[in-house]
Amino acid sequence: MSVTLLGQSILSGIFSGSLYALLGLGLTLSWRYLKIINLAHFAFIFLAAYLTYQLAGPGGLPPLLVIALVAPLFFVMGYAQQAFLEHFKVDEFASIIITFGMTILAETFIQWIWSADFVRLETHFLRGSWELGPFFLPKQEMLMSAAALALCLVTAAFLRFTWIGKALRAGLDNPQIAASFGVPNKKLSLLIAGIAGALAGVGGAFMALLFTLAPSQIYSWFGVVLAAVLLGRVGSATGVFAAGLLIGVSEAITMAVTAPAWAPLAPFTLLILILVFWPERV
Amino acid sequence: MNAPAVKSYRGLVAILAATLAFAALPLFQPSPFLESFLYLLFFWIALATSWTILSGFTGYVSFGHGAFYGAGVYATANLGAHAPLWVCLLAGGLIAAVLGGAVGFVVFRVRRLRGELFALLTLALAIVLATIILNTPIDGGPGVSLMGVRLPRIYANPSSTIYLLGALVAMGSLATAWLVQYSSFGRGLFAISDDEDVAEILGVPTLGFKVAALALSSFLAGVAGAVHALFVSYVTVGETFSITVPLFVLLMSVLGGARHWLGPAIGAIFVTTLTNALVGGDWALAARALIGVTLIVATLYLPEGVIGFLAHRFRARAKPALAAAPIVEPAPEVGPKRPIGDVLLQCDDVHLAFRGVRALNGVTLEVREGEILGLVGPNGSGKSTLINVISGFYRPDAGRLVFAGSDVTADAGHRRARRGIARTFQIPRPFNRLSVLDNVVVAGQFGARGLDHGAALAQAQEWLSFVGLDARAQALPKELNLHQRKFLELARALASGARLIMLDEVLAGLTPAEITTAIDMVRKIHASGATIIFVEHNMRAVLALTDRLVVLNQGQIIAQGDPRAVMQDPLVISAYLGDADAHP
Repeated sequence: MSVTLLGQSILSGIFSGSLYALLGLGLTLSWRYLKIINLAHFAFIFLAAYLTYQLAGPGGLPPLLVIALVAPLFFVMGYAQQAFLEHFKVDEFASIIITFGMTILAETFIQWIWSADFVRLETHFLRGSWELGPFFLPKQEMLMSAAALALCLVTAAFLRFTWIGKALRAGLDNPQIAASFGVPNKKLSLLIAGIAGALAGVGGAFMALLFTLAPSQIYSWFGVVLAAVLLGRVGSATGVFAAGLLIGVSEAITMAVTAPAWAPLAPFTLLILILVFWPERV
Repeated sequence: MNAPAVKSYRGLVAILAATLAFAALPLFQPSPFLESFLYLLFFWIALATSWTILSGFTGYVSFGHGAFYGAGVYATANLGAHAPLWVCLLAGGLIAAVLGGAVGFVVFRVRRLRGELFALLTLALAIVLATIILNTPIDGGPGVSLMGVRLPRIYANPSSTIYLLGALVAMGSLATAWLVQYSSFGRGLFAISDDEDVAEILGVPTLGFKVAALALSSFLAGVAGAVHALFVSYVTVGETFSITVPLFVLLMSVLGGARHWLGPAIGAIFVTTLTNALVGGDWALAARALIGVTLIVATLYLPEGVIGFLAHRFRARAKPALAAAPIVEPAPEVGPKRPIGDVLLQCDDVHLAFRGVRALNGVTLEVREGEILGLVGPNGSGKSTLINVISGFYRPDAGRLVFAGSDVTADAGHRRARRGIARTFQIPRPFNRLSVLDNVVVAGQFGARGLDHGAALAQAQEWLSFVGLDARAQALPKELNLHQRKFLELARALASGARLIMLDEVLAGLTPAEITTAIDMVRKIHASGATIIFVEHNMRAVLALTDRLVVLNQGQIIAQGDPRAVMQDPLVISAYLGDADAHP
């Protein structure tokens, strides 16, 4: 295999890995800080993707403007979802089932509005690639990867350095004591849920930009994104980015040296090994 | 056999009757539509029921059920043209069971593998297996046709034969789930799902039970898959390993009630009927939406499923009758009282460190048969750690434990329970979803006595009246107050028939009046023949009860001997009150 082919494979692995991280970022936050394993995160992503398709395609709005509209809208969706889950005091296990139910509902909604057929956003926004020596750098993928990296870093810094981040971690250790020191646990969890929702919105917009969409594909992202969340250690924004890249690149190399159909083998074998031999990691 | 066990045989009889009725149905020439609809019902019943034997009963949710079912599908797809059908079905089940057993053996050894990690691990396993099958000659990519499979001619019509196989697998799965639920195996699984550590300490071989439950569950799923390959007649990796299979199985079980053998079948009937009644275009969409809504509403309002809801209502009505049952004479004999003197437990230079913190630093200790040994020390001195080491919860870094003449250092917790070591927890840890009575039955069945169900039940009732909880036998532990829950801990330790009972701060949190009754209770337990290690901060109780006192400080024994003399020891006083020179 040529060095160029390998290099291009690694690049495409970095792009897909960045997307895994972007899609997993909100998930890892709500899992750690809200104790909600939010499968409906994938439903939000696809709702946002279809909305982006509608507004930027037939609607003719510029994609960047659509992202700016979709993010606050899904902030509200995440906020409302968390308010609902908190009202019923849903625990971690029940959250899997309830949010799966929500995902089914979203899937039927999408199918009802946009049909079960594939749709593709046709846009001239950032078409084509830059060329760097022998390598091609597709512009849309570059933007998405940059956004993923930036969001992961900003989120990590936010959690680490701001008052809100510290209060969140205190609330995680002991909610009652944190509350007695004036930490508004409930408001913070709604805020985190809103941020996770907004991240799903941004992820969905890029999904529409890069992929052909079908409602049934919601489920096909579960495995790989959950793997990135777990490998990166639940709750870590930089971790999910590193793990996303690891998975993306290992997939791409597996594909390049064997066949595309072998792609899932490397990341999921890795995940199994880590879960079995290093369970305290996650 | 006592009355309740006989009464519940009804379930098995009903399964048998249903099997015969379903098997005879093709004789009446039902419509092909009805036959294929019933087959689908059987398929989902088998799959959901098999799932619940592991995931419903133990609480370890598997998303990998598709892998075990897929193993069965591909067994028939590959062997069908070369081997008789029964070989395919058996192979499908066995391959799945070996796969499940191997996975269970590897993953369940991981200490404290949290439930959600197990779920994701099984999900990953299914994806890896699907990738391998897709890329090797097992499938190869385009899928496998089952045209060449030789079906036995049970009924003239091949589809009736497939229907019959489906019915047999479904009813077989139900019968298996029934047998598991009402066996000591099932009781152990339920205990695992409530509190795995406590189950192990009470004598449930948790690793073995989990692996066995996973293997059994996989076997049934494999057989169901092997039959289903015939039904679909053309198998592909995409369809077989689709994430919707494990998710639907989960949905059905949760809906119907995952902690009951019949629950998943109820869920399967509901979901399958709904999806098949509403077909085509918008109706199919509506059915899917309805499933989504049902899933949310059922989780919020029926946490134990339809069957759990019905069982609660039934039990609420049946309660007065059970409370009226006469309770027989208290205080059963534990064993002949031996003179104090023989060494029952010997701890030899036991060391244990947690990340550099030395919790136990060379503890050497003898406990003699028939004595009450007091174990005291400031908070953090290592008392609870020592109890955890003796009961097998922690393995020491160095040192030896000899119980009743045998080296038990390498024994797992459940083996030590069988040998006769029991403990109570400072903060009571009952099995929250088992009744007070069943909590005690588990101890009797799996502890040193190893009783069968009938005997364990009878003895459990006696022990409950011994600790004064006989009126609350059918209550759930959460309905008890702290005092009663502490006494439930005692009843469990007693029911196990232990020779050595370790009481970890049984008095903490009790009122003065309750303390007096508790001290009385400890005396009675001792009088019945048990050796006791009594961990306590309450010095009045320690001096009143113990024959000998051991004082721990910073993981080391600093004094032992006659309780009153030990309490005068200057070392002990400074350990408790601090060094006068250090804090002028």
